[in-house]
Amino acid sequence: MSKYNIISESGLEFFGLISASVSHDIKNILAIINEKAGLIDDFILMSEKGSPLNPERIKIIIENITKQVQRANGIVNNINKFAHSVDNYVKIVELNEILNLVIKLSSRLIAMRNVNLEIRHTEEMVNIRTSPFFLKNLIWLCLDFALNAAGSSKTIGINAIRLEKTAKIQFNQLDNLTNVSMTFPTEKETALLNILHADLTTDQQAKELLITLPGDINSLV
Amino acid sequence: MIKGDRMRILLVDDEEELVSTLAERLFFRNIKADWVTSPDDALELAKNNRYDLALLDVKMPKINGFELKKKLTEQHPNMKFIFLTGHGLDKDYPIDISEAEVFNYLAKPCNIDNLIKTITNVLSSNKG
Repeated sequence: MSKYNIISESGLEFFGLISASVSHDIKNILAIINEKAGLIDDFILMSEKGSPLNPERIKIIIENITKQVQRANGIVNNINKFAHSVDNYVKIVELNEILNLVIKLSSRLIAMRNVNLEIRHTEEMVNIRTSPFFLKNLIWLCLDFALNAAGSSKTIGINAIRLEKTAKIQFNQLDNLTNVSMTFPTEKETALLNILHADLTTDQQAKELLITLPGDINSLV
Repeated sequence: MIKGDRMRILLVDDEEELVSTLAERLFFRNIKADWVTSPDDALELAKNNRYDLALLDVKMPKINGFELKKKLTEQHPNMKFIFLTGHGLDKDYPIDISEAEVFNYLAKPCNIDNLIKTITNVLSSNKG
């Protein structure tokens, strides 16, 4: 399979995975709103049969519905940002922002793996010019690998660092790295690294995985 | 279930607001429902309580609804099950699921009357 076919397939898989996970989150929110609305309906039916309606109770239920609407709005905003990743093939992005978005979008997938994620933000902005969609795809694939490499502590750390001409994304506390790194990177990560002009290294002693990205992808094309 | 007893069911879903509200609505319909948000808590609660049926979310952290069903069945061989699922993807279903068991699935959000109808059907059948 050609490099471009691999990237297309990987991109579609990534889009599908995130869409399915987000739709699951939204279904949960709709289910909560449905039950809360049903509960109000139950109270009204009971009040029609003589039980007094408790306004404080109704107020709490409505507040909760409002919270769920805000939660859904946050999720929809994130999926919208994600969908717009493909608007520009290359643009300036802030790496902490990109990491946050990938983590928020995959929060349910991460929770299923029972691993805690610690995002260590630096105050400095880490701006680079790159391909936003391919970068998000690569981050997810590395995160997926890192979740498998978490080991018994079940905690991994992620951070972005700006260097002079490059930027780095570091996944650390990968206690089980030695046991899972035999088949990594696969052809998917390799094709994405290639298109992003990026490098991937693993350090088994430091228990970390490092993606090194050029500060400006255009300067290398 | 002994005739005249209030039906007892166990609700398991990691969305607390969902299971707690559902439990309250079921109570109004003469069903006693206990709720928990993790499979571990479900197993703990089932150790000391008798439930006619468990309503399980398919996708939960740590272990999924099908694995939890197996563990609960080991404790209570006669317990019946209904699964709640966020979507109807094929890969959400175990390969060996029977046609009868497919009817024990409810998609979120579900209508409470449908839920009660499904509970009644499952409890009156020998499957599930």
